[in-house]
Amino acid sequence: MEKISDVTCLFCGVTCDDLEVFVEGDTIKEVKNACILGKATFMNHKADVAIPRIKGKETSIEACIEASAEILSQSHFPLIYGLASTECNAQRKAIELADLIGASIDTTSSVCHSPSLQAIQTVGDSTCTLGEIKNRADLLVFWGCNPAEAHPRHFTRYSVTPKGYFVPRGKKDRQVILVDVRKTPSAKAADQFIQIRPGSDYEVLTAMRALLKGEELEVEEVGGVPISTLKSLLEKLKTCKFGSIHWGMGLTMSRGKHMNVMALLLLARDLNRFTKVVASPMRGHGNVVGIATVLTWQTGYPFAVNLSRGFPQYNPGEFSSVDLLARREADAALIIAADAFANFPRAAAEHLSRIPTIAIDAKESMTTKIATVVIPTAQAGISAPGLAYRMDHIPIPVKKVVDSPYPSDQEVLKRIIEKVRSKLQNRV
Amino acid sequence: MSQSKFILITGRTTKQGTTIHVGKESPEFVEETSTVEMNEADMKRKNLQDGDLILVKSEYGRAILKCKKSDIPEGLIFLAYGLPVSSLIGTDTQSIGMPDSKGLEVEIEKYGENK
Repeated sequence: MEKISDVTCLFCGVTCDDLEVFVEGDTIKEVKNACILGKATFMNHKADVAIPRIKGKETSIEACIEASAEILSQSHFPLIYGLASTECNAQRKAIELADLIGASIDTTSSVCHSPSLQAIQTVGDSTCTLGEIKNRADLLVFWGCNPAEAHPRHFTRYSVTPKGYFVPRGKKDRQVILVDVRKTPSAKAADQFIQIRPGSDYEVLTAMRALLKGEELEVEEVGGVPISTLKSLLEKLKTCKFGSIHWGMGLTMSRGKHMNVMALLLLARDLNRFTKVVASPMRGHGNVVGIATVLTWQTGYPFAVNLSRGFPQYNPGEFSSVDLLARREADAALIIAADAFANFPRAAAEHLSRIPTIAIDAKESMTTKIATVVIPTAQAGISAPGLAYRMDHIPIPVKKVVDSPYPSDQEVLKRIIEKVRSKLQNRV
Repeated sequence: MSQSKFILITGRTTKQGTTIHVGKESPEFVEETSTVEMNEADMKRKNLQDGDLILVKSEYGRAILKCKKSDIPEGLIFLAYGLPVSSLIGTDTQSIGMPDSKGLEVEIEKYGENK
């Protein structure tokens, strides 16, 4: 058995890069240092692998690439979506393809942390790397997120338990507070759990900002939280040495969405009049920060970008996938390393089965089930190397640990681009 | 809010995150993403036992799901991300791209008993 060290896991945004993977031939036999989610990612690498097919009929990868190029070169309004569970070189190729065919390109952020991206664009953020949090944070607030189940090693690698330079006793030198609508398994790691009413995040955060400015509120509670509890939380935030607030989709998917995140970012900004406080989103799935980063440095925008006019246009609500599909505007779709059909509201997802849809994915999914063309690929981080961005925007190399019979996402996209370019040139 | 109306909270679970790798049609993943967590008092009021089938209806769709007791607050139900969640949420994003995926009002009816 061969041991491969310093392997990076691409499942969640913590992007752990200290895994030890034991392989025999093209099979992963054992994984060490991974969390339960990472272990499942590696150990099931051969489960439910996608099969190349066109309209349900098994065929060669080459035929699938040709059919995809034909669909995309004929399309008037193609949508390219997904790109979280792949690496940055494939993401660059997807953007090149979008530019070539004048597509709308959107990422899984659209239905995840896009409200966070819009809030950061509006009011900015006070942030830092996970390394700084590990070494400095003596107060951690997790708001509307459940790291114990979504980012299991965040607590042990960066935030709650690790010993840091200015917090040498680890957990003993830190206070942890969880704010959520229900007591999730993450509450076990917290010193205090504050339960708020669903949909009241904006009110609670805004009330906290008012209290911080010395206003007195003529109510006894906000969002189900007594004013005395909010004052006590503020006191902890004002008097800590380094506070770190983390938020999740409890804010981005609930009523208020980007306004919730804006309220949180502004609270963090206001707290910096008293002490150092940072705020950062609990990003994931996979390399979703990678596609936001690559798309931003190539087009200026992190998601919902349209390239049909030869220059990038950004407009969430217009070019975001759910809206675009719900209005039945796209006439072809290319879904890469994501399961749009499973994750979109049904009425939007159904449009994918009305139009020619191409699915590029290592695994079968609900999208591959309805796709016209399915192109299996070598799974990034397992059978394809590259680069990924951790949730705090730190780029981390991604290794290949076993061979795959299929080409990488990058290679497939490169071959589609070549064929599309040739078809478009022949048409002129 | 009437006794049949609940707030749907969606999210990840460890089991959802591990069984997704086995396959989205695997019995383990389907079970995890088709089981609603409910407060014990709410279940009692609705005459529900662990494993009973419930019909969950939103303004946008419906799903027949299993229910199980958890320590979720009264009036809330939890369902792990999967196909049933997508059948309950709508496409209105208020022009920001993100649908209302958490905090959706739903109605619950008993659909069948645990067999």
